[in-house]
Amino acid sequence: MRGVRWLLLKDLQILRRSPLQAVLLVAYPILIAVLVGFAISRGPEDPRVAFLNEVPPDTRINVGGEELPKANVKDQVCERVECVFVDDRSEAMSKVESGDVLAALILPSNLVNKINSLSTLTPGVPEVEVLVNEENAVKAELVDDRITTLLAEANLRIARRIGNEGGRYLGLIVNGGKFEVLGETIPILGLRTSARILEQVAPALPPALRPALEEVTEFASQARDNLDVAKPLIDRLAQPIAVDKVVVGGKSPPLEIFAIAVAATLTLAFVVVLLVAGSLALEREENAFPRLTRGLVSSTALLGEKMLLGVAVGLVVTLLMLAGMAIFVPLDWGRFGLWLLAIVASGAALGAAGAALGAAAREVRAVALLAFMITLPIAFLSLVPSGAVGPAVFDLIRYTTALFPFKPALEAITSGLDEAGPGIGGPLLHLAVLFCAYAALARLALRRFAAV
Amino acid sequence: MSAVQAQGLVKRYGEREALRGVSLRAGPGELVAVIGPNGAGKTTLLSILAGIAKPDEGEVDSSNGTVGWVPQQAALYRRLTVEENLLLFARLEGHEDPHASTAEMLELTGLGERRGEIVARLSGGNQQRINIAIGLLSRPAVLLLDEPSVGLDPRQRARLWEFVSGLAGRGTTVIFSTHDIQEAERYGGRVLVLADGESLFDGSAEDLREAVRSEAPEAADRDFETAFVAYLQHRGH
Repeated sequence: MRGVRWLLLKDLQILRRSPLQAVLLVAYPILIAVLVGFAISRGPEDPRVAFLNEVPPDTRINVGGEELPKANVKDQVCERVECVFVDDRSEAMSKVESGDVLAALILPSNLVNKINSLSTLTPGVPEVEVLVNEENAVKAELVDDRITTLLAEANLRIARRIGNEGGRYLGLIVNGGKFEVLGETIPILGLRTSARILEQVAPALPPALRPALEEVTEFASQARDNLDVAKPLIDRLAQPIAVDKVVVGGKSPPLEIFAIAVAATLTLAFVVVLLVAGSLALEREENAFPRLTRGLVSSTALLGEKMLLGVAVGLVVTLLMLAGMAIFVPLDWGRFGLWLLAIVASGAALGAAGAALGAAAREVRAVALLAFMITLPIAFLSLVPSGAVGPAVFDLIRYTTALFPFKPALEAITSGLDEAGPGIGGPLLHLAVLFCAYAALARLALRRFAAV
Repeated sequence: MSAVQAQGLVKRYGEREALRGVSLRAGPGELVAVIGPNGAGKTTLLSILAGIAKPDEGEVDSSNGTVGWVPQQAALYRRLTVEENLLLFARLEGHEDPHASTAEMLELTGLGERRGEIVARLSGGNQQRINIAIGLLSRPAVLLLDEPSVGLDPRQRARLWEFVSGLAGRGTTVIFSTHDIQEAERYGGRVLVLADGESLFDGSAEDLREAVRSEAPEAADRDFETAFVAYLQHRGH
């Protein structure tokens, strides 16, 4: 191992002699990270959503004694998302838990009755139920966006009706009239009439006019009661139908923390894979590999040195990046130890993958091209949330991304940055397995490394 | 006493036999030229002597000292300076005072004044001198040079051979491969002729001339290179 530190020093000297390469190593990943930052706030066009409509057929919405035209809820929902129809709540829940669908939208059987109650003296709170699996922040944000958009239109239509009804109550208070409750008709004096009475009694207030004054007092009480009725109605105007969001499984950090984790992982992946693969291929291009492995350094030590170089440079670049981002988004520095653990473990697995790539491709140009061709699509595939694509495609994506260290590195770094992350143990174990596998592959590939 | 000895070396690459029972023995301070056409097995022989490749049959004994190896293409870091290259390999060799060893090699190669220059900016000849100097850092009893003069102009070649002859004069056994029959004749104290993996001749340059004259008399009056080609043809290569 004595030779490793000198090789490390040599590689750093070479890096220092290539300022353009060093700048590219830092600038390109940051550029990609910014692009991904923009991209992750946009979801796919038609996410799959489980849809359960428990509202009895032919139930009509009636606000203020007027029936709304029959709305084809199914068509309205399904033109915005890809609907997966389910028979009951448990089926909806299992589809969300498995990631088969992005979320489940459940319209409960009492939904229409509660909407109808909005124009009565005892308005209820109509709710739709949304089941989500917030396994990652993009998915959580995507579900919120979709459901909000979906309900906005329905809410707007109902809000107009409720607004009209609220206006009727207020008109009753101002102008007076009749109000029916429980089959009984109650006369309402109205503020206008009250004012007139007061004007009449104002010149003189002898005891004979006391009943009239009592009438005014009675109206004041009625007015207060009517306004109490109007208040909850007006409150419901903002959002007549509420969303009851139920998190079925998974927990995710805030989107901005997730975006930082994505940017940091992308940076780490590019720096480490390119540096390790490139510097290993450079040993061959400089014809130095046979000379080095002829007793000066073992092939295993050479691989170790390259991975160490990748981890060290990747760690510095990623920490600098996180420190820069911490200026804009507060990060939990109390978890710094976990950051380090996640970055080092991720760097080691990515370094091993880079070593395997460098040993297999053998030429610096080919290595650079391959590194981009493999790392970029894998990184983007790793960001696809379950339910955003069909189950078969998602399974393919899941198995493919599991073979490369990017996704577990992203999970580990997300967990390191925020306690709401997916848990660091599983990703670290995954990274350890990938490290061993890629290191073994790299060692095998080195057997033919020096051959022409 | 021999500095290096190889007996009955056979090397196969798939169906093809690159070496067919080649033997070689070289004493201290001896300069041995290995010549032959392309594909003769010169690089394979040197690689086996260097320990980079393993023979399928036969054995190599170099127990009397280390073997230094200088590959045909300069094996050094072109973005490092002359001094940084020498220092790196001196450290990797485990020298107690790598700076002293580097200074010694800079003196030996005559590149002391260019120690701070990036290797990529040096001429091919100077790069080859550093390449050889790195091979000498292990202070080898035997130095193997694989076509060391390829790509060098006559002046650089003359300097290189002056340097190599000086090493042999100080007791280092030098075994070099070359395409250039005249170079082998001029600098090789002994010449080993290989063709298609087979050893055709092992002896002095004078003995080789004699062998060429006797086996290819029709070309004896012509230049030595032409006569040598005729000799190879007579031997079926």
